[in-house]
Amino acid sequence: MIKIENLHAQVGDTEILKGLSLELNAGEIHAIMGPNGAGKSTLSYALGGRPGYEITAGSVNFDGQDLLELDPHERAAAGIFLGFQYPVEIPGVSNLQFLRESLNSQRKSRGEEPLSGAEFIKLAKEKAGLLKMDMDMLKRAVNVGFSGGEKKRNEMVQMGIIDPKLAILDETDSGLDIDALRVVGSGINAIMRKPEKAVLLITHYQRLLELVKPDFVHVLAGGRIVKTGGPELAVQLEEEGYEAVAA
Amino acid sequence: MSALLPLPTKRDESWRYADLKALEAVWPKLDGPEKIAVAAGESASRQISVLPIIDGVGIVDLDVTIGDGANFALHVLAVAADYGRIQVKATLGKGAHFELGGAILGSGTQTLEIVTETIHAEPNATSNQVVRSVLAGKATGSFLGKINVARDAQKTDAAQSVKAMLLDRTATANAKPELEIFADDVKCAHGATVGELDKQALFYMAARGLPPELAQKLMLQAFIADAFVSMDDDSAREAIESKALEALEHLS
Repeated sequence: MIKIENLHAQVGDTEILKGLSLELNAGEIHAIMGPNGAGKSTLSYALGGRPGYEITAGSVNFDGQDLLELDPHERAAAGIFLGFQYPVEIPGVSNLQFLRESLNSQRKSRGEEPLSGAEFIKLAKEKAGLLKMDMDMLKRAVNVGFSGGEKKRNEMVQMGIIDPKLAILDETDSGLDIDALRVVGSGINAIMRKPEKAVLLITHYQRLLELVKPDFVHVLAGGRIVKTGGPELAVQLEEEGYEAVAA
Repeated sequence: MSALLPLPTKRDESWRYADLKALEAVWPKLDGPEKIAVAAGESASRQISVLPIIDGVGIVDLDVTIGDGANFALHVLAVAADYGRIQVKATLGKGAHFELGGAILGSGTQTLEIVTETIHAEPNATSNQVVRSVLAGKATGSFLGKINVARDAQKTDAAQSVKAMLLDRTATANAKPELEIFADDVKCAHGATVGELDKQALFYMAARGLPPELAQKLMLQAFIADAFVSMDDDSAREAIESKALEALEHLS
């Protein structure tokens, strides 16, 4: 589904990704773990096309398309969902309006008919229910006044509504209490654990990986994937630390 | 403003950001201020979404007297003029309320301004002014808000909130509160900010599939909505908001 080859990315004058290669096939869930400053968030922003994250070498092929040629909103329409570590507040714009406009923009660029108001509300109710989120929160301004956990839950509701092919989830588990983690974990499974979809989970902790079982675990250090294994690698990392495992 | 009066100069504080060159041509054609009197205990409102343009210049000049316990709500849109000015003098009686909501939406080389003089002449009156500006190109948008609290006007509560969003670094926003307070038991709150669209929010919206122009539109729509949130009449609010949206479309 996505093939990243020799990706080099820099922010300002600092090179952060230094030749990262990674391939995800449909039906797979991959986890990326790594110490602080390894480049985990940079990878997700580089794939999302965030301004300021300059790709200096390498290629990313997504479903036969050159991903790096696309603008951020075109990447979303192509099927990539970026789950933010720190979801952004947008005062005055309601979640429902934001998501309906987003979804319909994506549909339009794919040549699909827009969803009507009624169709959209039905979809939003279903996905909010799945993540145990109150519909009233969806009527409020995007992430404004939400707790850290509510923001992350809202990211997953958005993912459910948008229904992407590939989800790149940047520390979606951080800031969640145990109950919320369980809800988010089962949300990821329900929405994304499908033969035609793939997930790239960026996380520090093994706990989320007990709920969302990865097929592959990668260690990212110094801007490169330094080790790849199965789920057992996450357990080993948790026990022994990055330094011992990735050395 | 009247043909009999001399043309203002930049030394006149309330004209210091005005486009006097544009004004000069139409100055003799202007009438004096329109007088509005709201009788004691009454409520009145006015919406201005289109300026009366003469030769590219649109001037609205109101002199409002709000009687004891009366209420006057004014909502205005400063758009679509080379030089546009909405000038209001409001004099409040005992326990009266003056509400102003305004949006200034300018681009190109437009100069648009809202200039208010709020006179709290008697005790217990309240006023609230909310102005939102969105400025592109080399436009200048100004709000000058003078609040005058007379010696006997105790328990006055006057508030001003002024925010401007610059879409280009070449645009200019001026926000100038001016308080003259002679009473000692009053509340006068004023806040002013000038900023740009939140880049993080724009990327967040793009990551959900919103094209940049639509993301910007949603954010600006929410930004200027503050100016009209105080309107009770839903259909009047929708009418002025749709005019504002139309003007926003032409900005970028």
